[in-house]
Amino acid sequence: MTVEKAPVHGLILAGGASSRMRRDKAALEYEGKSQLDRAYELASRHLARVYVSVRASQARDPARARYQLIVDAVAGEGPIVGIRSALASQKDAAWLVLACDLPFLTDLALEQLLAERDPAALATAFRSAHDGLPEPLCAVWEPAAGVALDAYQAGGGLCPRKFLMRHTTRILEPRDRRALDNVNTPEEYDRALSLLDSPPMQLKVQYYALMREQAGRSEETVETSAATPGDLYSELQARYGFTLSREQLKVAVNSEFAPWSQRLAAGDAVVFIPPVAGG
Amino acid sequence: MRFRFCQHPIDTESARRELADGGAGGYVSFEGWVRDFNEGREVTRLEYEAFQELAVKEGERILAEAAVRFPIKHVLCIHRVGSLALADMAVWVGVSAAHRGEAFDACRFIIDEVKHRVPIWKKEHYRNGDSGWVNCERCAAAPHAHDHAHDAA
Repeated sequence: MTVEKAPVHGLILAGGASSRMRRDKAALEYEGKSQLDRAYELASRHLARVYVSVRASQARDPARARYQLIVDAVAGEGPIVGIRSALASQKDAAWLVLACDLPFLTDLALEQLLAERDPAALATAFRSAHDGLPEPLCAVWEPAAGVALDAYQAGGGLCPRKFLMRHTTRILEPRDRRALDNVNTPEEYDRALSLLDSPPMQLKVQYYALMREQAGRSEETVETSAATPGDLYSELQARYGFTLSREQLKVAVNSEFAPWSQRLAAGDAVVFIPPVAGG
Repeated sequence: MRFRFCQHPIDTESARRELADGGAGGYVSFEGWVRDFNEGREVTRLEYEAFQELAVKEGERILAEAAVRFPIKHVLCIHRVGSLALADMAVWVGVSAAHRGEAFDACRFIIDEVKHRVPIWKKEHYRNGDSGWVNCERCAAAPHAHDHAHDAA
């Protein structure tokens, strides 16, 4: 059976309490722009209609009031209320729901989500690179999720992630692993700022064996914003079509083995190490 | 450096002399040779390539670990890089020790660790004209926690 695809609208969740951040997360600025504005602009590049989800008490906040709002129309707390309110407002629409604390979200992530969306599931969501669970706040929620969410909350359910785990959800492996890194604390905000505001840097990359042949070169200088060797490998794998998966490789930075999460600095020399075969 | 690379045939006689020690009661060496078949395919020659800067560091660490694990006198490991023909020597490991048991054990430890850990790669050229990087191509679908390499011998 083919399922008719409902039109997708965007929903930026800007009603959160931001309790751990102790500041309004929607108002945090990156690269001179509030996260609400950044998320709205990102979604608008992919969707014709984008709305902002707010609590009733926030509807007059100037930063929010400039957008088309969906004010919480059902009782309760948390993002599930915003999602339910959107689904109730237009029964035939699906919603691409985006939290307001995902500063690393990219066009690539939204393209993947929309292209691989499964309208026969209640939702299509990425698998979190951190805990392997579905990420409900960067996901497409289908119209049929409305009734199921109403029943879930009526039964005492609060957590949209648990909802996705218990219902038919299409789970995607994110091509952009960093896209879902969220920012909940002042420390995470500082880190995100330093990553996002860092200009592209030059790294030296050397290739050996199979990877040298696939890249068609033994070394090059790469201009990149990749924060870690893991990010850099994703970027270069997309460029050269390396057949080895990251799990098969080790990595060296400045001629010493390094963790995939090591922070790269300008001028670092990076070598990806395919499975070895000496002797 | 006790772990070295060379572009030319390994001079085992001069390598062996570096291990001489009045307190050594014996010396054990291992030679890895280029074999004419691997995993059912006829091999005609091999090419070895190394990330030498890191390989020498990791090789030295292995030799230092061997010296901690086993009471040995001297140790040396030399690996060829470049194009090798059948029966050429690809790697040489030598250990001298007061007693033969430690020399055998240390030599075995070193060659096993070198094959697992040191960033050296080999490309096999086959009789039918094909070629492939060992451990990187036919096995590329699944990562291997264990050593899948064959002895060059």
